[in-house]
Amino acid sequence: MEYFLQQLINGLTLGSVYGLIAIGYTMVYGIIGMINFAHGDIFMVGAFVALISFILFALTSIALPIVLLLTLLIAMVFTACYGWTVEKLAYKPLRKSFRLAPLISALGMSIVLQNYVQAAQGARIKTLQPVIQGGFNFFEDSNFTVTLSYLQIFIVIVTIVLMAIFTLFITRTALGRAQRACEQDRTMTALMGINVDRTISMTFIIGSSLASVAGMMFVMYYGVIDFYIGFLAGIKAFTAAVLGGIGSIPGAMLGGLLIGLIETFWSGYISIEYKDIAAFSTLVIVLIFFPTGFLGKPDIEKV
Amino acid sequence: MLNISKVETFYGNIQALRGVDIKVNNGEIVALIGSNGAGKSTLLMTISGVNKAAKGTINFDNKNIENLPPHEIVNLGISQVPEGRRIFSRLTVEDNLRLGASSNNKGKNFDEDSKEVYDLFPVLRDRLTQRGGTLSGGEQQMLAIGRAMMARPKMLLLDEPSLGIAPKLVNQIFISIKNINKEKGVTVFLVEQNAKKALELADRGYVLVNGNINLEGSGKDLLNNPDVQSAYLEGGKK
Repeated sequence: MEYFLQQLINGLTLGSVYGLIAIGYTMVYGIIGMINFAHGDIFMVGAFVALISFILFALTSIALPIVLLLTLLIAMVFTACYGWTVEKLAYKPLRKSFRLAPLISALGMSIVLQNYVQAAQGARIKTLQPVIQGGFNFFEDSNFTVTLSYLQIFIVIVTIVLMAIFTLFITRTALGRAQRACEQDRTMTALMGINVDRTISMTFIIGSSLASVAGMMFVMYYGVIDFYIGFLAGIKAFTAAVLGGIGSIPGAMLGGLLIGLIETFWSGYISIEYKDIAAFSTLVIVLIFFPTGFLGKPDIEKV
Repeated sequence: MLNISKVETFYGNIQALRGVDIKVNNGEIVALIGSNGAGKSTLLMTISGVNKAAKGTINFDNKNIENLPPHEIVNLGISQVPEGRRIFSRLTVEDNLRLGASSNNKGKNFDEDSKEVYDLFPVLRDRLTQRGGTLSGGEQQMLAIGRAMMARPKMLLLDEPSLGIAPKLVNQIFISIKNINKEKGVTVFLVEQNAKKALELADRGYVLVNGNINLEGSGKDLLNNPDVQSAYLEGGKK
């Protein structure tokens, strides 16, 4: 029981990170129907920006909560610029081209970002000292102590807050409405007087800033990053988006949590070596029974 | 108000419009009739900037608009109700109307303008929280027209508003088009296959054949024209 609880806590934390990345995949897919393979690397850039920012702030004597907040903002702003630039450079010129072209361009962008970070930051792993330490211990008198660290609480709370803000943004604001309209019919959205290109750019900016928060959490949680972390995390988050139903935002959040939980429970109870295979096999099994994922719905329209 | 001059539009290598000249004056209802594939919808999409004119000019309120992107053309005052209505079926009726108001003072006139739309189509008020896709064909058409009106257009382009709609509702929709023109002073450019209804409503009409304007005249003259009768009217009367 105690062991189960510990895995649950770990799984929810990891799931939060995947969920935040998965939103970026699902939003971009929803709006321009393409899988942004460079999104995992945007997450990696976010982790590096956060790392650099933490190291710089460590030289000052600013209080920890302010450091966390500033790092969060810096990571979001910088990474959003990367996401925006990638879209302008690699995808926008190909918008009227055949469907595969932006996909190939995305793969190229992924390689470019990896090599750029490798060249700029070096190929060795980078480490970060724990920024938030300590936590609550439960069941200390039994033979397994359950730990809920402050860092895990921080990660889950930030994720919940960001997802709540994001959901309000999508459902309540004019830009969110324009985004949902673009998902359905871009030509018609333009005929409403809405600048579709700008709406698409905003999608990339929002997706990238959420991924950067995931990157910041990743570097805080594991303390080790290199230029290649975006690949596996990106593929996992993409799996999460597909599991939840690609194009569905609640689906991405749900899928992220599920992948995080599956991975930790598999590592905890079966074997840590095959945790990635467990996550991907789940996807295969789910897609057999729910071809559109859990929350993705095929379009049924009345004509 | 709208002056289309020698416009040619291509789809890939296929030429859809072969030098079209049309003039729509302020306050008029002008109908464009023609058979399937004559290029009617292409012309409307060219006016709206979705298809680019390869040659020719489109002038609206003394401004050339043929090279502007669609959203800027909407902001100048041309709204389109496209063929097949193309409402946002997964969004609520209210969201659809709010999207229509996007270009109009950033949606700040929504309350005021939506009242006018409900006066025109009372059924929409009862459907506000429903998804657009759950409406009947006629209601969707009303929503599409209402959505276009939310932008406070100077000119309304309507593409086949009677297509796929119960005959009872067709009359209602044509009456509301007339109201939009007469009471709200919106200029209307109407594309229709239902040539009889369209020409009865219109001040003037054009006949489009294979990407060319074949005939033009007042609505009444075209209704009485033997060529128009044999090609577009008698078949419909059967």
